[in-house]
Amino acid sequence: MSIIKVENLSKQFGAVKAINNVSIEVEEGTIFGFLGPNGAGKSTTINILCTLLSPTSGKATIAGYDCIRDSSMVRKAIGIVFQDPTLDKELTAYENMMLHAYLYNVKRSEIKDRIHDALRFVDLYERKDDVVKKFSGGMKRRLEVARGLIHRPRILFLDEPTLGLDPQSRANLWDFITELPAKHKVTVFMTTHYMDEAEVCDRISIIDNGSIIATGTPDELKKTVGGDVIYIKTSDNDKAKTEIQELFDIDVSEKNDELFLTTLRGDSCIPEIIKTIGEKVLSVRLQRPTLNDVFIKMTGKQIRDEEVSSTYTMKEDIRAYRRRFDRG
Amino acid sequence: MIEANAVYVLVLRELIKFFRAKSRLITTLARPLIWLFLIGGGMSRLVSPGIGVDYMQFIFPGILGMTILFSSIFSAISIIWDKEFGLMKGILVAPVSRFSIVIGKALSGTIVSALQAVIILLLFPFLGIKLSLMSFLYVIVICLLLSFAISTLGIVIATFYESFESFSVIMNFIVMPMFFLSGAMYPVNKLPVILKVISQINPLTYGVDALKHAMLKGSDLIDFSVATDIAVLVFCSVVFTVTAGIIFERKK
Ligand SMILES: Nc1ncnc2c1ncn2[C@@H]1O[C@H](COP(=O)(O)OP(=O)(O)OP(=O)(O)O)[C@@H](O)[C@H]1O
Ligand SMILES: [Mg+2]
Repeated sequence: MSIIKVENLSKQFGAVKAINNVSIEVEEGTIFGFLGPNGAGKSTTINILCTLLSPTSGKATIAGYDCIRDSSMVRKAIGIVFQDPTLDKELTAYENMMLHAYLYNVKRSEIKDRIHDALRFVDLYERKDDVVKKFSGGMKRRLEVARGLIHRPRILFLDEPTLGLDPQSRANLWDFITELPAKHKVTVFMTTHYMDEAEVCDRISIIDNGSIIATGTPDELKKTVGGDVIYIKTSDNDKAKTEIQELFDIDVSEKNDELFLTTLRGDSCIPEIIKTIGEKVLSVRLQRPTLNDVFIKMTGKQIRDEEVSSTYTMKEDIRAYRRRFDRG
Repeated sequence: MIEANAVYVLVLRELIKFFRAKSRLITTLARPLIWLFLIGGGMSRLVSPGIGVDYMQFIFPGILGMTILFSSIFSAISIIWDKEFGLMKGILVAPVSRFSIVIGKALSGTIVSALQAVIILLLFPFLGIKLSLMSFLYVIVICLLLSFAISTLGIVIATFYESFESFSVIMNFIVMPMFFLSGAMYPVNKLPVILKVISQINPLTYGVDALKHAMLKGSDLIDFSVATDIAVLVFCSVVFTVTAGIIFERKK
């Protein structure tokens, strides 16, 4: 059953078409990843799904409830970690959790236990009476995730949950998130900038410029960018090259003193190559397509925000300008 | 529909923060004290003969009104902070009606500012004002009512602003005029017509007037009847609450 169903959703802010005919279906108990460059419309979609924005046109239902008409039922069914922090920094971790427990009408007799459990789950129990001001970015993020789960939602929205975290906190948070469907029976709908993180998703949609340009499992998407690439260093590149070409009947190219070939089944090719060219092999490495490759192919740009350069912004500006211009 | 749990926790949150930030209590109490003793004390030599009562006594209801005005508006305007820091989003996605949020916010402001007004009120014996127990309780009731009306007004104002750069605009163009045109520092019935009209649509005027009933008994410096004062404050509270609720409900 699809627990999230989005049909032809569009949202216009003045002249800016933030999202355009977006359709998404998410199965219950899965992790869905929503990827796209800055300004693609990810947060806008999430804001509509969690009833904070109304769409210009289209329809969205969550757990069978319409996001526009049955907003209070939708709100009960979801938990959300927004892209921007929404904690009260003057309150302690416990008080922040309590605020939400009351807002979500958790039974008073259960509040304390649930908060303690949730804080233990994200490793913040020892810090429960510290004001959030004193927390590091990663601790705040974990607290927000715990808070999003306090009322046992059926769906958890995570908008860039790992933004600004160090690699270790990111890994910890992902361990935690991937456990959610099984442990807490939650469906996860998340966005991220880090392509490697999207590997944990059961399904992914890529959005660019407000429109969805690809949907599928991570493997399906990776297949669309062609196969694996095998790089080989040998003591005699020319000889090895002809031998491999004869073996597989495919083109082998050379770059930087290294041979490389593209194939769909890289792992099973390597043994055969080694058997054929024997002791000439100095090193072999296999490069599989990553979601990052998929992303670059689909959108024509790199997603990593740390690599955003001035040309990138300029491209954006030109595109925004053109869009405005086209519309007349 | 109003969710008791939501209202309770919003008030609780404000009280926790209020008692945690002790400096806020001191600064908000300092303002009325400065006005009372520095301005009131200084001006009293000048104006007392003209108005027939001791000037410090005359402005005391106004000083209570001022305490309430600043504290209620400040508390309501924290909604802008909440918006800027994203806290409001976290509250708005919760399954609570927008009226509960407005009521919760308004009651937070009400309790905090009435509390401060009562602290200032305790100075009355030193100013030579006599209050019976009944009058004392009456003053507290008026303080609560006025605090609620101003808090809800503050929430309506706050819904129009997205960032706290607007804070000084609100302070200079709404709060200060409201204060001066409320009869707090000087009688408004002698003002030019335009200012007098403004003072009559100013809810603070009625709160201050209601307080004067208890503190300046029988003086001709009282403009309206207690019934009028209370009716206007109740009316404003209802109108502002409903307006704020409707604005909150509207989605972008
Ligand atoms: N409140 C708003 N008013 C006007 N335009 C908006 C508003 N919110 C978003 N937009 C525009 O809509 C587009 C999509 O924005 P959105 O925040 O959904 O992007 P995003 O995919 O979440 O990007 P990021 O990765 O940077 O978070 C952008 O062009 C943005 O400028
Ligand atoms: Mg975003």
